[in-house]
Amino acid sequence: MKLDGKVPPGPLPEKWTKYRSSMPLVSPSNKMRLEIIVVGSGLAGAAAAASLGELGYSVKCFTFHDSPRRAHSIAAQGGINAAKNYFNDGDSVGRLFYDTIKGGDYRSREANVYRLAEVSNNIIDQAVAQGVPFAREYGGMLENRSFGGVQVSRTFYAKGQTGQQLLLGAYQALSRQIAKGTVKMYNRHEMLDIVTIEGKTRGIITRNLVTGEIERHAAHAVLLCTGGYGNVFYLSTNAMNCNVSAAWRAVRRGALMANPCFTQIHPTCIPQSGDYQSKLTLMSESLRNDGRVWVPGKKEDAKAIQEGRKTALDIPEGDRDYFLERRYPAFGNLVPRDVASRAAKVACDEGLGVSPTGLAVFLDFSDAFERYGRSTANIKGIHNPDAATILQLGQKVIEDKYGNLFEMYEKITGENPYKLPMKIYPAVHYTMGGVWVDYNLETNIPGLFVLGEANFSDHGANRLGASALMQGLADGYFVIPYTIGNFLSKDIKTPKISTDAPEFVKTAEEVQARLNMLMNIKGNQSAESFHRRLGKLMWEYCGMGRTAEGLAKGRPLVRALREEFYRDLYVPGTMNEFNPELEKAYRVADFLELGELLMIDAQNRNESCGGHFREEFQNDKGDAVRNDEEYAYVAAWEWMDTSKDPILHKEELTFEYAELKTRSYE
Amino acid sequence: MKLTLKIWRQKDAKSKGGFETYTVEASTHMSFLEMLDVLNESLIREKKEPVAFEHDCREGICGACSLVINGQPHGPWAKTTTCQLHMRQYKDGDTIVVEPYRAVAFPVLKDLVVDRSSFERIIQAGGFISVNTGQPQDANSIPIDLDTASKAFDAASCIGCGACVAACPNSSAMLFTSAKVAHLNMLPQGKVEAQQRVLNMVKQMDLEGFGRCSNITACEAECPKGISIENIARMNREYWAASLGSEKIA
Ligand SMILES: Cc1cc2nc3c(=O)[nH]c(=O)nc-3n(C[C@H](O)[C@H](O)[C@H](O)COP(=O)(O)OP(=O)(O)OC[C@H]3O[C@@H](n4cnc5c(N)ncnc54)[C@H](O)[C@@H]3O)c2cc1C
Ligand code: SF4
Ligand code: FES
Repeated sequence: MKLDGKVPPGPLPEKWTKYRSSMPLVSPSNKMRLEIIVVGSGLAGAAAAASLGELGYSVKCFTFHDSPRRAHSIAAQGGINAAKNYFNDGDSVGRLFYDTIKGGDYRSREANVYRLAEVSNNIIDQAVAQGVPFAREYGGMLENRSFGGVQVSRTFYAKGQTGQQLLLGAYQALSRQIAKGTVKMYNRHEMLDIVTIEGKTRGIITRNLVTGEIERHAAHAVLLCTGGYGNVFYLSTNAMNCNVSAAWRAVRRGALMANPCFTQIHPTCIPQSGDYQSKLTLMSESLRNDGRVWVPGKKEDAKAIQEGRKTALDIPEGDRDYFLERRYPAFGNLVPRDVASRAAKVACDEGLGVSPTGLAVFLDFSDAFERYGRSTANIKGIHNPDAATILQLGQKVIEDKYGNLFEMYEKITGENPYKLPMKIYPAVHYTMGGVWVDYNLETNIPGLFVLGEANFSDHGANRLGASALMQGLADGYFVIPYTIGNFLSKDIKTPKISTDAPEFVKTAEEVQARLNMLMNIKGNQSAESFHRRLGKLMWEYCGMGRTAEGLAKGRPLVRALREEFYRDLYVPGTMNEFNPELEKAYRVADFLELGELLMIDAQNRNESCGGHFREEFQNDKGDAVRNDEEYAYVAAWEWMDTSKDPILHKEELTFEYAELKTRSYE
Repeated sequence: MKLTLKIWRQKDAKSKGGFETYTVEASTHMSFLEMLDVLNESLIREKKEPVAFEHDCREGICGACSLVINGQPHGPWAKTTTCQLHMRQYKDGDTIVVEPYRAVAFPVLKDLVVDRSSFERIIQAGGFISVNTGQPQDANSIPIDLDTASKAFDAASCIGCGACVAACPNSSAMLFTSAKVAHLNMLPQGKVEAQQRVLNMVKQMDLEGFGRCSNITACEAECPKGISIENIARMNREYWAASLGSEKIA
């Protein structure tokens, strides 16, 4: 299969503008007759469904949640990037483009990334008009902060709840269309398969999660906006119900899974505390604006902290190793996530970790308390403030900036982060890989589009902070409303698709048969217990550091677990009722296949880049070593029959504007 | 520690429910929901039906988790969702009663899961600003003073969990509705539709079967996000002002 990215011709900065104005249009009267299914109502899905509804298409939108407002996007904390240059600090579309390409370690498609940077500013305008209450300055203008891997301030935020506010904006726009009748919303409906007729995706099969009913829904085109697959690791910062099934079912019908091994480990999460643990909680990257990361320089100090004989406060300044500032002076604590995560792992591997498990480093705000305290005292005209006043004033500034994160930390750990530094450790957070799409966001199956975290397109091997919200909303608000016209303009004569078509009947039967099969295994182990075991295998063999040897060991273990699953799964209850255990079962079944593909992809990619760190490929400082000669391509995997090996298709990446360089943050 | 749990079990919306008693071994490090996970895992091992409850983010932001724990929506910790409640609150030998929210407008679907789609329809009635994609001007063209911006943010931080309704003896949805009205009506962008918004949202709230507000303020006390009842006062003012010129009721 020849993969065509369909990147339009012309100079990079003009591609999108020219393409957009030359794209075939669909007239308003035809739009009304054309039906579009949107699966997922997170940032990408809600933005797409609302915008397409506004344009006059007949939209049906599906989510397994009880409301679009519950989508995992709601949990995003830190912020959203845009090249507004409101701070006059030298930002521009070109710089955002370049930072994103470099941050992604040169494994993304230039044209997509440039377009993303271009539309970033419209997103902020749109959100503000919807009433998104972004942070502001005294003069009433919008405030910005910095995120990792960049040297400008371009991140817009709403305290530590940026995703919530952006999602509510999109949700409200969607609600308006639901009220108008242009979008029909199906809450508590889970997509279990896509339906393809004469080579085009024409609908989906869903399960009504309250009644268990299997339903057929037809449309001229289908958009999957179903989020990332980080939960293949079981423990991650993702919401508990995030899963890969929608994307994976599309892969089982011929779509391609691109770069699945590009998974992101976030450096600042609350460390694991026990075996019963169900998820890991992120402490936003924005904290690295003000927090300094360190471990004790001496092993005996680390040991004393691990055993509870000392606390951070007992370690004198001279005996602390601020290892990010030491190793990466130009970016300091604000190096990209992959770099910060690996550095923390290295420190802990050396025995310098600071929690009972030895798997944690400090994130310390005491300098920030002092700095902000002094400047606030100055502003307030307090001369010669004492230490207590400075501390109090400084803590108030930090509370205003990150109050909810500090509260969350204290609730979970029982420790007060205003008194003792936070303890943090890397955890799985985001997936750059995803379903392969071209410049139009269309997969290799015509009529099937993938948006948001579910696609692979814009972040290469590592995503920069605050860029996922940007991408999801760019895809939904500003890309798909145009690019879908390319496909639909050819379909204006196609009548309403009937759900009685034999393809619908057959696919629905196959879905039913699969559910019957899962219910009838009647073994002894819960889906959850298989998921936990899969997660352990993934973390051990395909986590922060990967080796050819480990991956070769891991893959058969995942396969064996999958076989055990189909032998010994137990799903309580029945199919025709509200049954969360059955939902888990079919989601875990798909994770068990994806997990294997992740290992295959990681083994195939004999280089280290971004979040994919193969221990064989590093320099003497422990930094990633890419292999551009052989691996400057997108690995898109075809895997319809999992009893055989998947087939690799390559999309070569060419860089006309960004010069391929070793990524350095020193 | 060993705990006794009295949990509401109900097969579906049509069936009658009742309490069942379980014992569970928990650790102080667990979250409340992880304790329920442990219970469910043991029920599954005994081939019994696990307890259905809603949850997703487990970070206190998605609003999916609910539960009434020993009579309190989201349990005993102030400004904390059920998923953020930790077991260090409890001690060995404690008995914990766990029920679903009880309100006419939130029918039980199964065990501890309720249907909160009435909230969806309240938002659809007017909880938005009518602006199409691609229409707006530059984001900084309308400055907003810090005080207004931060009050709007506070109101907008409602997670739509419904605890306010569960806490209220009248099952009123005033706190939820007023938070959205306040968020949007306070901002310059939301002013254009302010009157219509408040009238339509209140009308829908009444249609859904939520009760009247009689200033008991239990909603504010139990709200995990600290949404203030000032929003209710504000909504009442706006409602009456808008009703006076009431040809605007859509
Ligand atoms: C804790 C946390 C903090 C983050 N902070 C930031 C940040 O500060 N800045 C940033 O840019 N990014 C951040 N991210 C990343 C960002 O939040 C996500 O990448 C992004 O929100 C994903 O949006 P989405 O629309 O693609 O998917 P989601 O929001 O995950 O939505 C998926 C939707 O698909 C539906 N769905 C899935 N499968 C099915 C199915 N089979 N049938 C029906 N419906 C289905 C779901 O119900 C849901 O509606 C953060 C992520 C996490 C985990
Ligand atoms: S007002 Fe508070 S209690 Fe009510 S839905 Fe919103 S967050 Fe929940
Ligand atoms: S599970 Fe999301 S708020 Fe509790």
